[in-house]
Amino acid sequence: MTNSPAIISRDRLRRGLAALPWAVACAMLAYAFIAGGYFVTIMSFAMIYVVFVIGLNVFMGLAGQVSFGHNAFAALSGYTSAVLTTTYYWDPIPAFVVGLGLALLVALVVGWPTLRLKGHYLAMATLAIGLIVYEITIQWQSVTQGYMGISGISPLGIAGYEIVSEREKLFALMIIVGILTLAATRLRASRFGRALAAIAGSEDAARALGIDVARYKLAAFLVSAACAALAGSLFVHVIEFVSPEVFGLNMVVLAFTMLYVGGIGTLGGPILGAVIVSLLPEIFRSSKDYQDLLYGAGLILLLIYAPKGLGALGNIIPHRGKA
Amino acid sequence: MTLLSLQGVTRQFGGLVAVDAIDLDIAEGGVTAVIGPNGAGKTTLFNLISGFQRPNAGRIVFADEDITGRPPEAIAAAGLVRTFQLVQLFQNLSVLENIQVGCHLRTSGGFWSAVLRNRRTRRSEREVETRARELLGFVGLKAAAGAEASALAYGQQRLLEIARALAAQPKLLLLDEPAAGLSADESKRLSAAIRAIAQRGTTVLLIEHDMKLVMNTADTIAVLDFGRKIAEGPPTTVRENPAVIAAYLGVGHA
Repeated sequence: MTNSPAIISRDRLRRGLAALPWAVACAMLAYAFIAGGYFVTIMSFAMIYVVFVIGLNVFMGLAGQVSFGHNAFAALSGYTSAVLTTTYYWDPIPAFVVGLGLALLVALVVGWPTLRLKGHYLAMATLAIGLIVYEITIQWQSVTQGYMGISGISPLGIAGYEIVSEREKLFALMIIVGILTLAATRLRASRFGRALAAIAGSEDAARALGIDVARYKLAAFLVSAACAALAGSLFVHVIEFVSPEVFGLNMVVLAFTMLYVGGIGTLGGPILGAVIVSLLPEIFRSSKDYQDLLYGAGLILLLIYAPKGLGALGNIIPHRGKA
Repeated sequence: MTLLSLQGVTRQFGGLVAVDAIDLDIAEGGVTAVIGPNGAGKTTLFNLISGFQRPNAGRIVFADEDITGRPPEAIAAAGLVRTFQLVQLFQNLSVLENIQVGCHLRTSGGFWSAVLRNRRTRRSEREVETRARELLGFVGLKAAAGAEASALAYGQQRLLEIARALAAQPKLLLLDEPAAGLSADESKRLSAAIRAIAQRGTTVLLIEHDMKLVMNTADTIAVLDFGRKIAEGPPTTVRENPAVIAAYLGVGHA
């Protein structure tokens, strides 16, 4: 094959397109620090969702399973954090540990029986647990204050030092996202991660090689539930407010959108997806009436032309000979 | 010494007896082939041995352990690893990673070892990669290590699946129609690979339609027909057995 100028520019275009979402995401995060104000809150919100989506990506992207109810684990941990810190004056970290424990316990109870079955039993069970926890947060008014929600939750704090300013919060969240992304990267290139990917590829072949499929599915479910729980607790401390709607079904819809837009099963997908999707309402806000239409059309176009998400945007330009 | 012993193993599907009270002993070492016409119960027999289906009656003893009714992962852990008639690669993983998954039983480490990635984990990962590359060399796929498994030609996918099974270092390797869909040339190379596996000390049990491959590769042949074992012995005797000829030509069952 000759190296004609057309091929070189095509390659450049591919690389350029692949780098574009990253450039946008980095620019937005940098801009948030410079501009401050409302934009910092949007990016903080995005970072919290990255934590949630990283977990979902382990369960859905890596292990190939489906869950519609991870909002339940965010709600359990988020409300535990909110109630223990406001009503009982606990410190945020021990409150989170209790919330995490509760979320993992519920995940174990739901996951243990359903993950042994093949098919969509777990997806249905998770949908149910998401709705049940949502109802509890509305109805159990003596603890959760129902639709009113809980406000005045203390900000994040470690060893007496409280993270109060919006910029500091965003910075702390970015560090957490960095740590979790590193953990996910290591997970993918390990015995544990390969076993999960094997289950996604062929459960029969995985079993024939000695992988205890039910156990690994449960482990992936618990890992993703732990991320959801962390996201829930971070949310209540960063926004300093919680209500049932925060962890409603729209949380699942939003997280799914981020997962697919960013690129399911890719390591950078959760970051790209969460940042870009959080920006979309701001971009389309000016076009008021058509906001939902444009938003929907954009998503459909993306899923048709870049089904592996923004992380694989370069694949839109076909390789020569494969076109 | 007997490595695998089937004692009166039976499996029915409704009124159909797919495997009918089969007794079969597989000695340690060498290559044994199970042959028989379509619908003779070969694949069901393999599913019973590897734990993907449970027998209705009978016992399966492997390496002096009763493995009857155990789940596939436990049977694999005991040292009995199978491949599939329709190749079951992990399409989402690279060629090298496919073999690394095969090393699962020979390594340890879960979530925390993955995330913390301490010295022991890193060393184990290096060993796994070295072993995987060795096995790729053994089946002649070294150059394809980084490719996606789905990018391989069909014959290469077969070889990859076998290499992946070998990564588990099984005592007994079950191959379910490994020559299906291969060209004559590929089939020849496969036969050489199977002989090489047996020489390296892994006992091989295979189901196969390709008579040429079976006659050239197997030390012992067991013939099934209508769920029953109708003959057993070395290729030369089985070939001349009147019951076998009848089964293949359809005589005597009218």
